[in-house]
Amino acid sequence: MSVRGIRAAVSVTAAAAVLAGAAACSNPDADDGSGGDGATAVIGVANEPDTLSPLLGYGKDGNSKIFDGLLARDGDMELKPALARALPEITDGGTTYTYELRDDVTFSDGEPFTAADVVFTYETILDPGTNNASKGDLEAVESVEAKGDGTVVFTLKYPYAPFAERTVLPIAPEHVAGKGDVNTGAFNTEPIGTGPYVLDDWRKGEKLTFSANPGYWGGRPKVKKLTMAIIADDDIRATRLRSGDLDGAILPPNLAKTFAEDDDKQTLAATTADHRAVTLPTDNPVTGDIAVRRALDVAVDRGAMVDKLLEGRGKAAYGPVPTGSEWFAKGTERPYDTGLAGKILDDAGWRAEDGGIREKDGQRASFTLYYPSGDKVRQEHALAFAGDAKKVGIEARVESGTWEVIEPRMGEDAVLAGGGSPADPDFDLYPMLYSELAGQGFNNMASYENQDVDTALVEGRESPDKAERKRAYDKVQQELTENPGYVFLTHIDHIYVVADTWRGLTTQVEPHEHGFGSGPWWNVESWQPAS
Amino acid sequence: MARMAGRRLLYAVPVLLAVTFGVFAIAAASPFDPVKAYAGTAGFSASGEALDQLRDSLGADDPFVTRWWDWLTAVVTGDLGQSTSMRQPVADVIGERIGWTVLLCAVAFAVAIVAGTLLGALAARRRGGLLDRAVTSVAYALEAAPPFWLGLLAVWLFALRLDALPAGGLTDTGTDVVTFGQVAEHVLLPASVLAVSQMPWFVLYVRQGVGDALDEDPVRGARSRGLAERTVLLGHALRSGLLPVLTLIGTRVPELITGALLIETVFSWPGIAAATVEAATSVDFPLLAALTVLATAAVLLGNLLSDLLYGLADPRVGFDG
Repeated sequence: MSVRGIRAAVSVTAAAAVLAGAAACSNPDADDGSGGDGATAVIGVANEPDTLSPLLGYGKDGNSKIFDGLLARDGDMELKPALARALPEITDGGTTYTYELRDDVTFSDGEPFTAADVVFTYETILDPGTNNASKGDLEAVESVEAKGDGTVVFTLKYPYAPFAERTVLPIAPEHVAGKGDVNTGAFNTEPIGTGPYVLDDWRKGEKLTFSANPGYWGGRPKVKKLTMAIIADDDIRATRLRSGDLDGAILPPNLAKTFAEDDDKQTLAATTADHRAVTLPTDNPVTGDIAVRRALDVAVDRGAMVDKLLEGRGKAAYGPVPTGSEWFAKGTERPYDTGLAGKILDDAGWRAEDGGIREKDGQRASFTLYYPSGDKVRQEHALAFAGDAKKVGIEARVESGTWEVIEPRMGEDAVLAGGGSPADPDFDLYPMLYSELAGQGFNNMASYENQDVDTALVEGRESPDKAERKRAYDKVQQELTENPGYVFLTHIDHIYVVADTWRGLTTQVEPHEHGFGSGPWWNVESWQPAS
Repeated sequence: MARMAGRRLLYAVPVLLAVTFGVFAIAAASPFDPVKAYAGTAGFSASGEALDQLRDSLGADDPFVTRWWDWLTAVVTGDLGQSTSMRQPVADVIGERIGWTVLLCAVAFAVAIVAGTLLGALAARRRGGLLDRAVTSVAYALEAAPPFWLGLLAVWLFALRLDALPAGGLTDTGTDVVTFGQVAEHVLLPASVLAVSQMPWFVLYVRQGVGDALDEDPVRGARSRGLAERTVLLGHALRSGLLPVLTLIGTRVPELITGALLIETVFSWPGIAAATVEAATSVDFPLLAALTVLATAAVLLGNLLSDLLYGLADPRVGFDG
């Protein structure tokens, strides 16, 4: 923007804006539903998106209200066609994915959606000049080609079984997003998509407002106006929900509990793949010892953590795969058994000395456990873990720090880590456990190295056969009981409190991140008003 | 007077240069990694290659002096640069938000000055009286109360208990039509809290100034000549008692800015507060530098303004006395 532009923008002082009534922001739908009739929904969320451009990573896991992907997920996390007419045809041993596209879809500005938009979206994300931190998700892609207007063909560098799960990624219109700078252009704040909602206004720091897309190919949503209010503070979000200003909000368990007696509010607890785990760095002389790892793995009281730390809102975790998932290896649940832990340590030569902390060959069974400061849930997990470890003679010295402090120490010190993506086991297991990724960013934080696991991970991602994949991931999870590189503690539920204005609200199994795409509003376009 | 203003403006140039240089230096020395901040939660699952590409593209490894110089030369040509944390041009980020912050601060400041002066003058009239003791003790208590806490208290009382005022936002959460009535209703609570957090200083200064003036010979003389109490208070005492307030106006500007940042967070006010915090923690150099320039300019202007007002109001300048 030029200096004159800046001056003009700045000189729109508030007084002038107010006096002028700022008529520019009005929208014809604003009056046709005012609270309570089910036509509007006001949601309180904690985080504001940095951008609304899919090219920079917005909505990459699906459920972006403004956009659609080639595929989408239903309530059971099963893939279903969206902009594509059907699930992809997979050929050439799992390296070619062919999507037939719908021909009745237009972007909200009236332009038709075609294969060129799909190619544009994927190619732009993969472009080295595009600042998209999640481009690694599409690492397997060799090329994307349009065959006419209605067919798109992805060619992969290697067979990648969960690739279809990545194609929930939202499609941007080439004729709009192709103009201007992809990293900072207008499209980041003025998105145009094919989705159920159209962005009306984004008042940074306050809220985003959407109205139902009248031309939506899936039918016009019943909730005609959707507002996402940005309220970072948990207490204020709860207060505004109580005052009736919000219809729904995400809340921590202790605040959600205060709405339990409220007759016109419903509480929804979404099960998640959001795990909390302690990394056991291989390079640390204590946590690198398999006996110590196995002992810690059975010495932690996961049930007590779920009951006491999460007030029952969560599940015990034995790996990144939640126990409720079809990919979970049945029989790998480890009971809480301090006796067994003690025996493993005794057998391995870790002897209790004065003060109760064990030693072996002059090495004290002691290591440092970091948790990111300010994260209360992780702090409590870290302290509970240290308490349990102490009971079997292992000392975990709990310390807090910012990620800037923790990251350089991850090679030697343990970290109370979190993460999780429910869509496919490959998304969590491969980056967490594959030995070649050790120490790359936040991948394989524990520098886990296990030849059998590596082999199974590659089998799991490359095999086109689901039963074969399941066997491979069972193998990985069994290996984790023999040689745990992490002590998985819990999967934590995400809690939402919503006014009783709608019926039949559901939640999906949620990933670690929760923003606009998850929560009961994952399918707000299908909500039905009560009565 | 014009000479003073001109001199101050000339003096502002090196100050601003030094401040922006300092911002770049401090940001570069901070432990925050702009690449990690840019990537956000995606950074936890990002591949090493993607992060390297990002580092390269953001120029995160350039020395800060180079970045400062690049920024400065661009600014001189009218290009404020691109905000990495907001994925928008800096000018857009500021243009969208600053109006609302200015509105909030202006209303709060006006209320604080008017109400503070009034209360201070009333308290000074009978020092040691019931009103004086009440006003002074409340003022001292408020001086110590953090605006953030006051904000939460106000939300609890007025929005929740009394249901009298909206708890946050620029307009009702369900609507995005910006009308005068809506904004007026919504600005009331945040501006009042901000005003209340600023008021004690004005109350106490005015009380002291007016009180002292009432004891001075000219005022005592005026009283003994039988002039009405009102004329004495408003015409004589308040006039000289206001002088310290004028200096105060300038020095309160930095406090007002930091107070506004906290208040905006509590009330989801769409000003530049969130942008400032985000810019700092994301090491978003262009945005941070621009916002710092703005804040510094506001402080310098505040000081200039109070000095000018002082010059205008001081009877030794304005009158032949």
